[in-house]
Parts: sequence; C-alpha cells; structure tokens
Amino acid sequence: MIGVLLQLFVSYLKIGFFGFGGGYAMLSLIHSEVVVRNAWLTNGEFSDIVAISQMTPGPIAINSATYIGYEVAGVCGSVVATVAVCLPALTIMMLITRFFLRLQHNRYVQGVVMGMRPVVVGMIASAALLLIFPHSAEGRSFIDGWSWVIFLVTLLASARKVNPILLIVLSGIAGVVIYGL
Amino acid sequence: MRELFEIFWSFLKIGAFTFGGGYAMIPLIQHEVINNRSWLSKEEFIELLTIAQAAPGPIALNTAVFVGYKHRGYWGAVSAVLGVVIPSFTIILFVAIFFASMRDNRWVDAAFKGMRPAVVALIVAPIVGLAKGLHWTLIAVAAATALLVWYFGFSPIWVLIAGAIGGALWVAKRGEEGQQ
Repeated sequence: MIGVLLQLFVSYLKIGFFGFGGGYAMLSLIHSEVVVRNAWLTNGEFSDIVAISQMTPGPIAINSATYIGYEVAGVCGSVVATVAVCLPALTIMMLITRFFLRLQHNRYVQGVVMGMRPVVVGMIASAALLLIFPHSAEGRSFIDGWSWVIFLVTLLASARKVNPILLIVLSGIAGVVIYGL
Repeated sequence: MRELFEIFWSFLKIGAFTFGGGYAMIPLIQHEVINNRSWLSKEEFIELLTIAQAAPGPIALNTAVFVGYKHRGYWGAVSAVLGVVIPSFTIILFVAIFFASMRDNRWVDAAFKGMRPAVVALIVAPIVGLAKGLHWTLIAVAAATALLVWYFGFSPIWVLIAGAIGGALWVAKRGEEGQQ
C-alpha cells in the first residue's frame, strides 16, 4: 500500500513539474505515467477520464489525479495524487512571481520557452495518436465506422468553436442511439 | 484571517465553474479578481497570464498561486489553491466512487463508446491552430516529438528537456554570431 502511494506521489509530482503548455499537452505526460509506465489504466479508460474531465469543472491534471488516485488506492490515493500534482505549481509559481519579471527578458529564458513550444505541440499530437493508433487493442477509442463519423463531425464542429462540453454530451447521446438501442 | 477566507471563497467559485480547461476560465478570473475584488490591476493581470502559461502546471492552479501569493503571501497562495482544487476533487471523487458500479451498465457503456472518438477530436482540434504560427523547422521538431513519444514510447519529459536545452543553445549560438 505504501509502495503504491509513493508511486502515485512520484508520478503526479512529475506530471505537475513537467506539465508545460496546459491541459491537452499534459495529457501525453499523464498517459505516459498512467497507461505506459504503471499500467494503472487501459487506453480506453484513459479516454473515459478525459471525457469525464471535460464535463466536470476543474483542470484535467487535477481531475485525473483524483480519479486515478482513487482507482489505484482509494480515498487515500486520491488525496496523495491531488496534493502531489499541486505541489510543483505552488512552489514554482511563488518563485516565478518573485523572480520571473526580472528573468523574462533574459534571452536564455526566452530560448528555453521557445524551444519547448514545438515540443508541446508534438506532445498534444502524440496524445491524439496514442488514442487513435494504440499499441494494444485493449480499450480502443475507435471501434467501427461510426467512431470515425463521430470523430470527424466533432472535429469540424470544434473548428467552428462549438462548446466542447456540448460536443461531449452530444457524442454520448449519439453513442446511446448507435450502440444502445 | 477574513482576507484568507475571501481568497479561498473567490477561488472556490472559480474552481466550481471552470468547465473545459484553463483558457475557458480566464474571463471568470478576470471578473472575480479585477472587477469584484480589485486584487490585481489590468497590467498585473496580463503579467499573470504570461507567467501562468510559461510555468508548468494547470493554468487555473498557477493563477490561484499568483493571486493568492501577491495578495497575502504564502498562506494566501495555499488558500487560493485549496479553493480551486476542492470543487473538482469532491466532484471527481464522487464520480469515481459511483462510476465503477455504473460503467458496465449497457447505456453508460454505449454513451462512452460515442464519447471516446469525440474526445480524440477535441485533442486534435487545437493542433492545427498551434502549428500554424510555427516555422517549418519547428513543425519538424513537433512531428519528431509526436513520433518519439507515440511510436517509440519515449517519455515526454526527456523530449521536453531536450527542447529546452535546444532552445537555449540556439540562442547562445545566435548570440556568438551576432558578436562577430
């Protein structure tokens, strides 16, 4: 039990510390820790949590920490993972609030920020690729032609700035109609 | 003490109503922190957005730390973080406890089969917009990152560190050329 809690703590500390570029970029990091390294979830369960995160308030990093912490080690686990994911932001942001204003015009700091920007874009792409073409067949996101129809329609609607929560709800209804009836 | 509670309460509201991630909550924060409480000036708010995006971690969390810390120091930051985390923690814990027993329900399963490809579409959607502003060499870096992480199973952390070092080296090299 202590071993699992420690592993949760370390994983979410890493996710908090290297979570540059906002929610979608953090997905690839969360996927790497939670699905690839520790096998706490399958690919499909991972996209379920992303769907739940879209529909509930709060950042996906925190939502996934609470959810996966609970799945792996109960309420204790969810507290440990949530605290771990917050700690880096808490400490780093306090330091940055004090020093960054002096550092932001430093050209090395600018270089580092610039160098990470394309990597962040690539990380978002890798999160999508991992869900479209997973390494194992277990818990796939795309199961038939309908999956691709839902994917394309959502992509087009999202490009036209339709609210993402609405899109998730509508795709859920589409799922009930296609697979449930 | 009262001020700490005010910070906590403001960020509890922000945490409870930010659906769909960091950027969606910016207008809400702006309203609460500038108009309602006047904790920050307009200039400080823009400064905050720059920092919250450059720093690691969720934007919501970074914002909470910045405002809390500027206003009431260390304990202000802790109060703001607690406020922003508690709503999502409570709701997700509730979902996690009940979802397990519902997941195998036929209707729930059908709904999630529909939602999974939509989630992927929401992840794909911002990529084009983000890549548009980049030079083709940087797009190549983005593509290489995607390939390393997805196909070869590299941890994104190493690619991120490599990108940071690459950026610093590039700036250093350009600086030397500039001096010659």
